[in-house]
Amino acid sequence: MAYRIVILGGGTGGTLTANRLRRMYAPDKAEIIVVDQDDRHIYQPGLLFVPFGHARIADIARSRRHQLATGVSFRQGTTDHVDITTNQVYLADGAMLDYDVLVVATGAVLLPEETEGLTGPGWMQKVFTFYTPGGAAALAGALATFDGGRLVVNTVDMPIKCPVAPLEFCFLADAYFRKRGMRDRVELTYVTPLDGAFTQPVCSRTLAGTLKSKGVHLVTQFNTGEVDGAGGRLIGYDGREVGFDLAVVVPLHGGASFVGRSAGLGDSLNFVPTDPHTLQAKAAPNIFVIGDATDLPASKAGSVAHFEGDVLVGNVRSYLAGEPLAPRYDGHTNCFIETGFGKALLVDFNYDTEPLTGHYPSRVGLPLLKESRLNHLGKLAFQSFYWHGLLPGRNIPGIHATMPSSGKTRPYVKVQED
Amino acid sequence: MPTATVTGVTIDVNDEGFFTDPDSWTEDMVPELARAEGIADLTEDHWRVIRFMRDAYRATGTGPTVRVLGKTSGVSIKELYQLFPHGPAKTAAKIAGIPKPRGCI
Repeated sequence: MAYRIVILGGGTGGTLTANRLRRMYAPDKAEIIVVDQDDRHIYQPGLLFVPFGHARIADIARSRRHQLATGVSFRQGTTDHVDITTNQVYLADGAMLDYDVLVVATGAVLLPEETEGLTGPGWMQKVFTFYTPGGAAALAGALATFDGGRLVVNTVDMPIKCPVAPLEFCFLADAYFRKRGMRDRVELTYVTPLDGAFTQPVCSRTLAGTLKSKGVHLVTQFNTGEVDGAGGRLIGYDGREVGFDLAVVVPLHGGASFVGRSAGLGDSLNFVPTDPHTLQAKAAPNIFVIGDATDLPASKAGSVAHFEGDVLVGNVRSYLAGEPLAPRYDGHTNCFIETGFGKALLVDFNYDTEPLTGHYPSRVGLPLLKESRLNHLGKLAFQSFYWHGLLPGRNIPGIHATMPSSGKTRPYVKVQED
Repeated sequence: MPTATVTGVTIDVNDEGFFTDPDSWTEDMVPELARAEGIADLTEDHWRVIRFMRDAYRATGTGPTVRVLGKTSGVSIKELYQLFPHGPAKTAAKIAGIPKPRGCI
């Protein structure tokens, strides 16, 4: 009898997992079902460019169903809950799916209503987010008519998807207003709960330098307790205030709501506790988790889902064959950081190694933590690879799931010249 | 490795003053650690949060962030800031003798 593998979520992680599993198993060996509540797959890195008029939503959205290989079933429906003791998924329309293996790929959701006042007066008028298609498109309109004043970019709290995106927004906003000849009339401020521009020391210093060079003010250790849209103020829990004329807020994130309704599956934020190296859920041996849905200390980013996919499908096969799982995932993440004016930085890191300078993937390659035209071109080329390589579940020649070390410059270690 | 002296005992700490070995912490160190963080009057609510941090660390290997504290400790985020004005998660972790809560990346 064929195994049934149910994948919840048809985004980056769910789609590439389904397509890799379909190649691994003949149709009579495994039935593969992807469940998602809608049929619109957004290329999420593209949302960053929408407010500046460099992309439209129509350019970055496609059918979820059409990204799935022949032989993968797509079931459109909302998951109500999973019963991990009986191996059953219950959908809101009353349907029930039994599974042998469940893959949770439902990502992270935005929770703007958890911050007092954020969705109150001024929301979508002078307080926006670019993390949703609707928000990004509305912000494009607001920026086009912005005639100067205080633009504040605020990350409410970690974790967020693509943790560098708010910084990229600042860099691109600087370029946008310069090109419009009005940079001197815009005061740009980045407000973060972290104690620096970013979490990791080397990277944080580099990015703080980039912010400074572009005249972006940095406010750190600010925990937003309330957004007063009408009065134009962010109010911190500690009583500090930051005034704005236009605010771009990255709201709190959590896991999908069905996780909270599935006894034993998730944590207090609805993320799914996951083994950091095998990607097996801690709740049950036949549940695996990929991408933003996990509680792992890795970035919530598409590259993470891509590198995890390779490890996850191998472990699904090992589990079904009764073999031990391979603890192969090392937290490998890489991302391009757009800095404006056709340049970008590249960072590459894992659980144990912070983003360093050097080159990727080896000594001959793209420069790391350094602004370059080549990295910007890499970021642009990536969109095509996303649809045609990453989602179908292909590997890139020379790019491996585990992090390469050969091109990196380690701090405090003398590198021998050759 | 830096050290600190609390109630006459020498403790290993990191550069930011967080305990590196939570087992070297004892409850009687709390008043002195709290005073060093500017908290002179320890209330039952402070203790509740400090004990919660210890339990969460034992269960998960990391101290909770302020948001998770607000959701799970029974003390709201607003109240947490009243108790620990200079950052509840960090301050409470320091007083509770556990490592700095891991930031997410």
